[in-house]
Amino acid sequence: MNPETPMPRLKSLLLLVLATLAAPAAAQLRVDVSGGISQPMPIAIPDMPPRVAMQTPAGETTALGRQIAKIVSDDLKGSGLFRPVASPPPVSLTQMDAPDYPTWANTGAQALVQGFVQANGDGTIFVGCYLYDVFAQTELARQGFTLRPEQWRRGAHKCADEVYARLTGEGPYFDSRVVYVSETGPKNNRIKRLAIMDQDGANHRFLTNGQSLVLTPRFAPNQQTIVYMSFQNDRPRVYVYDVGSGRQRLVVDQPNMTFAPRFSPDGHWIVFSMSVANNTDIYRVAASGGRPERLTTSPSIDTAPSYSPDGSKIVFESDRSGGQQIYVMNADGSNQQRISFGSGRYATPVWSPKGDLIAFTKMDGNFRIGTMSPGGGNEKVLTNSWQDEGPSWSPNGRVIMFFRSAQGSGKADLWSVDLTGVNERRIPTPLDGSDPAWGPILP
Amino acid sequence: MPSTPARLLAIAALIAVAGCAKKAPPELPPPPPSPAAEPAPTPPPPPPPTAQNGPRPGSRAEFIAQAGSDRVYFALDSQDLDSDARATLDAQAQWLAKYPNVRATIEGHCDERGTREYNLALGDRRANAAKNYLVGKGIDAGRLSTISYGKERPTALGSDEAAWQQNRRAVTVVPE
Repeated sequence: MNPETPMPRLKSLLLLVLATLAAPAAAQLRVDVSGGISQPMPIAIPDMPPRVAMQTPAGETTALGRQIAKIVSDDLKGSGLFRPVASPPPVSLTQMDAPDYPTWANTGAQALVQGFVQANGDGTIFVGCYLYDVFAQTELARQGFTLRPEQWRRGAHKCADEVYARLTGEGPYFDSRVVYVSETGPKNNRIKRLAIMDQDGANHRFLTNGQSLVLTPRFAPNQQTIVYMSFQNDRPRVYVYDVGSGRQRLVVDQPNMTFAPRFSPDGHWIVFSMSVANNTDIYRVAASGGRPERLTTSPSIDTAPSYSPDGSKIVFESDRSGGQQIYVMNADGSNQQRISFGSGRYATPVWSPKGDLIAFTKMDGNFRIGTMSPGGGNEKVLTNSWQDEGPSWSPNGRVIMFFRSAQGSGKADLWSVDLTGVNERRIPTPLDGSDPAWGPILP
Repeated sequence: MPSTPARLLAIAALIAVAGCAKKAPPELPPPPPSPAAEPAPTPPPPPPPTAQNGPRPGSRAEFIAQAGSDRVYFALDSQDLDSDARATLDAQAQWLAKYPNVRATIEGHCDERGTREYNLALGDRRANAAKNYLVGKGIDAGRLSTISYGKERPTALGSDEAAWQQNRRAVTVVPE
């Protein structure tokens, strides 16, 4: 590695994943994710005892074990699919691979998550995580994570992800981050700063100082860079921000307005809108720079492009029919087809990382978040408020984050909703928030 | 939004007003004072005309006084210049023609009832509509730059049609 290059901060976080044991094939414990009438699954998540009670840079191991269990519990409860039982009895180290099943059955829990915390001699922290089916009395999964002390929360998220994935059959999403625009100040002069945080709001950090208006940040797949729009020098254009160094770089060095940027899934391209001679079209440019290539040519506003997860297609919005509607085209701009035909206008389409759905903002009276199939149809509206806007998918394509603006004050904050339209939740942020973009699962 | 009957009525009313012979922009209050400190895109109110002479020749205050307004307004989701807007831009062009060394930036703005990215593009269309009109009236395009703020910098703070009408605007900003 070039010594000039700062070591990517995220790559070395999980130094080791110990053991993943395949679950017994017979186990049928499963959480229904269809959004039907099923109740959240009762689950027991006792405090995680320390191997040895001792101090670490992240705190004392007994307290850490308690906090980690709490985060696992909050993650799972927050999904809307689990109901952690109250005040679970304590567990000992010897019970890690021999749970006291009758006790857990008495709590009403169907699943049991237990684990332990260990301070390693090299300063790292080890979190062990076990999942059991209480009634079948079988182990479903076990994993261990070695973490740098300051990243201890990721041990909890990884454990919760293991449980979630094993019991739902869906991909993980708790160990992920969000970049968004932090807002404060009066409605006619909002101060906007790029900010980054864990998906649960922890580890919040501002990236820009608010001197320039910034909008619509989105992660690169490697999460080391963020593409966004800034009004720096009174020229609204697309920049790339390097999270490690804090440096930013103009993506297309010419005077036209560039906006609505997004990376391709392989990280090689940035697709964006550019206004040239009073006409906004969609372009792409190599992420490393170079000449932009024009993908749309209609004399309309073509904007908000988003790649399909395989990179072969781009969904975008255009007002070429008279009002904003959603279109899909091949990644080279060919074969542009309209897919939205319901009432009202449709905007800000975003392709699910699973590929099966496109989320959008529907303007038909209120502004609402919805989903439809990539071929059109199967439309489902998930929220209903004065102004919900700007959906972004969780890494597993199960949850949508968006921002909600209040009538009058214009104050905005971040919310999430399950793609079945249930479990609407506000995401805690220190100030107001808008333009969320959910990053991929951390490696 | 555009399909609600109330909204259609409002638009119809706007068009009717626009079609009327002379001015009477739909009850537009004066622009509010711009917020202190931070660089705001909209100009601060003109300095008070000092003493007997009125605004300094070539100044922003004189521009606003002589052109009647530094801004023009647009219908919902439109960049079309109505007769009021054209009259204002005619007067702006006359003033700009008097001061060939003055450069101007035309800001395009939108109301809050649109999505962020689309409004950036729509604000750009509005700024360019005003710019192209001024160029058509003989102002050198090289003197006129444009910038879109989308819905980021409203001038009226309400969430109602009266506020949105004021926010759908193109503002010609000349140096103070």
